[in-house]
Formats: sequence, structure tokens, C-alpha cells
Amino acid sequence: MSLNIGLEIKHTVLCIRLDGELDHHTADELRSKVDNILKNKKIEHIMLNLEGLDFMDSSGLGVILGRYKQIKSHNGEMVVCAISPAVKRLFDMSGLFKIIRLEENEEYALQTLGVA
Amino acid sequence: MKNEMKIQFSALSQNESFARVTVAAFIAQLDPTVDELTEIKTVVSEAVTNSIIHGYENSPDGIVYIEVTLDEDTVKLTIRDKGIGIPDLNEARQPLFTSKPELERSGMGFTIMENFMDEVEVISEPSYGTTIHLTKFLAKNKAVIN
Repeated sequence: MSLNIGLEIKHTVLCIRLDGELDHHTADELRSKVDNILKNKKIEHIMLNLEGLDFMDSSGLGVILGRYKQIKSHNGEMVVCAISPAVKRLFDMSGLFKIIRLEENEEYALQTLGVA
Repeated sequence: MKNEMKIQFSALSQNESFARVTVAAFIAQLDPTVDELTEIKTVVSEAVTNSIIHGYENSPDGIVYIEVTLDEDTVKLTIRDKGIGIPDLNEARQPLFTSKPELERSGMGFTIMENFMDEVEVISEPSYGTTIHLTKFLAKNKAVIN
């Protein structure tokens, strides 16, 4: 199993859609792909859609927290949506929901970021 | 009836998925719930990742050893490396503690193991390596359809 990383820019929101398994091995690829966009494009916010994520461990928490810190340092926001109960448990355990907003689906998440 | 298996593999990150899937396939014969299987896959991933990143410091020459014993409804996992060891175990087991913040480690590995398993024992000695014993008692009161 590996990770498929879907990346799309809508206005100034970077939409990241993950499909597969996010662990230490696949986290490195996600980090470099997202950082490359953040460096070269004008991105204000990140929308992370985890609907297709079958597995995640603490390496996933680390890479998500790292991207949050980057976008936050430019006063942006990260919104996560379509999260499975298993992944939600890890977010709850680590306290990530105290800083990253959770929405039910992508459409609503994008609306709250001002992208219709 | 007791049933055992052992695997060993190179300390490479692409083997993290191999390790958790293989352990899950072996445990499947006890008919665990989906949640139990996810928890076991997650803790295998955490312990193996620790061995690769911390124990062997990403050197692919290292070998990670996994032993699994099934006995009735009890799953015992041993994940071992011959890496550099953990200098301060109490510190390492604190939630959010990481010795490698520059690698964006979340510091949640041991916390997840403690939450998902019934027993966690860590034995570590500098320059001899780290052994993690994890035990999980699978739920016995599953619904039975006659």
C-alpha cells in the first residue's frame, strides 16, 4: 500500500486529498510535495481531505502538524475534513483539534475558507 | 493452542507497511474486530518506525525483529532492534516528547502504544538496542450468530 496525493489550488487555498496509507515512509513524499507548492505559489490556507485515508500513524500527525505550523506562520488556516473514526482518535489523542478545525465535508470546508 | 511467528527485515521505511500488514494477517485468525486490527497495525507501525528512525538512525544496515504469539485471545508482540537504545525511557514515554523535532516527529508513538494496547513494556540499553513488549487482550464477548 502506498499513498496517492491529490493536490489542487483553488484561488489561494491548497486542497490536499489523501488516498491510501500515511506513515513515516509516505509522509516524506507528502512533505516535499506540499512544501514545494507552499514555496512557489501564493497559498493562504490548506484544506486537507482525508476521506480516502485507510491508515495513519504518529508520523502522519507529525507531517500534518508541520504543514499547520507553516501556514499558521503566514496567518493562514488549516481545515481538515472527511476524517475516519480511526484517524479521528489519533487527532483527539494528540490534541490537534485544538488548533486545526474539523469540518464534515470538503464543500463545507472550502466554503468556510471563502472558496465556493 | 499457542501459535507463534517471527519475521526480520532491513530497517527501511518501505518495510513499515510490510510489517504491519504481515502482523495483521497473522492475527486475523483470532477474528479480531476491525478496531482491534487497526490498533495493532498502528502500534506495529509506531514501534518499527521508532527502530528505524531512532534505534538505527536511518541506517539501512540495521535489522528489525518482530515476534508474535497468539494464545487464546491474547496477542503478544515483541519488536526489537539492536540500535543505539533510549537514554531516558521516562522522558521518551512522555506525550509529545521527541528527540528529533527537526524531523517533524510528533512525539506520540509511545502514547499511542499505551492507549491501544493493554500492556506496554520497554527495555532499552544504550548501544545494545531496544525491545518493546506489547500485549493486547482481544474482546471475547463478540456477537455470535447461530
